[in-house]
Amino acid sequence: MISVDIIHRLGSFTLATKFETGTRGITAIFGRSGAGKTSIVNVLAGLLQPRSGRIEIGGHVLLDTGNRINVPPEKRRLGYVFQESRLFPHYSVRRNLTYGMLRTPNAERRVDFDDVVGVLGIEALLDRKPRSLSGGERQRVALGRALLPSPNLLLMDEPLASLDASRKQEILPFIERLRDHFHIPMVYVSHDIDEIIRLADTLILIDEGRVAAMGSVEDLTSRLDLRPLTGRYEAGSVIAASVAGHDAEFGLTELAFAGGTFRLPRIDNPVGEKVRVRIRARDVSLALTRPESVSELNVFKGRIMELDHTQSAPQIDIRIDIGVPLWVRITRRAVYELDLREGSEVYTLVKSTSIDRQTLSTQKSAATITEEIY
Amino acid sequence: MDFLTPIEIEAIILSSRVALWAMVWSLPLAIGVAWVLARCDFPGKSLLDGLVHLPLVLPPVVVGYVLLIGLGRKGVLGGWLFDVFGISFAFSWRGAAIASGLIAFPLVVRAIRLSLEAVDRRLEDAARTLGAGPLGVFFTITLPLIAPGILAGSILGFARSLSEFGATITFVSNIPGETRTLPIALYNFTQVPGGEAAAIRLVVIAIIIAFAALAASEILARRLQSRMGGAS
Repeated sequence: MISVDIIHRLGSFTLATKFETGTRGITAIFGRSGAGKTSIVNVLAGLLQPRSGRIEIGGHVLLDTGNRINVPPEKRRLGYVFQESRLFPHYSVRRNLTYGMLRTPNAERRVDFDDVVGVLGIEALLDRKPRSLSGGERQRVALGRALLPSPNLLLMDEPLASLDASRKQEILPFIERLRDHFHIPMVYVSHDIDEIIRLADTLILIDEGRVAAMGSVEDLTSRLDLRPLTGRYEAGSVIAASVAGHDAEFGLTELAFAGGTFRLPRIDNPVGEKVRVRIRARDVSLALTRPESVSELNVFKGRIMELDHTQSAPQIDIRIDIGVPLWVRITRRAVYELDLREGSEVYTLVKSTSIDRQTLSTQKSAATITEEIY
Repeated sequence: MDFLTPIEIEAIILSSRVALWAMVWSLPLAIGVAWVLARCDFPGKSLLDGLVHLPLVLPPVVVGYVLLIGLGRKGVLGGWLFDVFGISFAFSWRGAAIASGLIAFPLVVRAIRLSLEAVDRRLEDAARTLGAGPLGVFFTITLPLIAPGILAGSILGFARSLSEFGATITFVSNIPGETRTLPIALYNFTQVPGGEAAAIRLVVIAIIIAFAALAASEILARRLQSRMGGAS
């Protein structure tokens, strides 16, 4: 359990953050630049002293200003991956990696050096100096360095923000591997909703230093009132599903979700594995009657839950209940011509190709393993 | 060393010893003061800053005279040191090391402070999150990162100590074999008739030593640079 309740003032900016979340999997802290995300993580790590507050992680009280408890950063046993890798320039990659590990008592080392080096693919870099590494390589080393002291929680402050798009794609799988392989709970800060949908289980939305909302990634990304915070442009729905089977003849995979079955071009995940599907609102179309003779494989019947008539924009987002909330973006003219209103029954047509493989994240249950840690 | 006269050899060895010990006592103190000036904020900081820089702007004779009053055998601190520990600085090479170290102190502090201010504090934060306490961070991160500044400061301080004259002669006088350092020996030769040739020789020796110190610092700096991760 992570429990945070802090108040801090930085000039005219006030950070008043309070949340509680389990230590299972990845908790994402999302918000715009300047919302106070980095300050929250720095307070967790002990690098920033809040004016007042209390922090408890996994049963350890790290800060309690009321009782004059303030554990120094070096005793908090939290790993921290910074936006800029912050590798020590005067040490080799190997000494960077072992810096924290050697300061951890033998009995508390659960993460194996060779294991980490193997998972991150940095064997060939061990004797090099940080200066000679590429941005992506540096960030991989930084991940390993933060992980090797076997922290109770791994903090990541926009670890991909300083990398270009192709480097991001290089690092993302490593973060997923760390999540699935070492089962260390993580707090992941980002202003990129795509990264969060791919990685996170729980989402905390931060706006001007306060928690605007908190919940599962699926719930928060489908809430209209949070759109100004989650970003409107790539509006879409995030749906949890599990692999139900593979259709070898047509090269398709079937995903079971609360509203039925999705079919999409074959993915390699084994049957039973949980995945997350993201459907962009503009990739869904509507029909009033059950469409026949159409090419879409994924047609679901649903009922309109939310439709904002007051909008004057040419396009309107509609939320439809197909067993799970599904966002659809159509023109205001279509809403008018089809006479759509809340409660109307409609059929939604989802192009199977619109299911983005990049956003499928494997969510193994980390709960059982984290219990062992604490 | 047939080409050097015994007086010259004596002056070179004494000067080197004085300059070396001047650095030995002042360097740790300079690192500490530089750290306080670069990292701490407290009322009276500009007073400390001014105090540290005082030897740079005061006539060295004044510094030497203050030392004589304070650390002389009849001085306030000097008398106590002699009575309790039997340590005496007046008219000994140890006093010369104190005087020249004090004169060089602002230069050393300045060089180290500049490199301290250039250190990326975020690296120190990173080290804290990896389990290193403040002292551990200082010795494993800060100190290695400011090593080039410490080197530059000590070479500068060493050179300044070698050339120290005014404070030294005022505090510990001009005693052959004890406090007659190279500049004082040179001054001595210029004051006696027929000493010009010997004085010129000492001038050449002083220039050679200065160049050797510069070359040594250059080589050391390059080695440090490559240890820090290749060419900058």
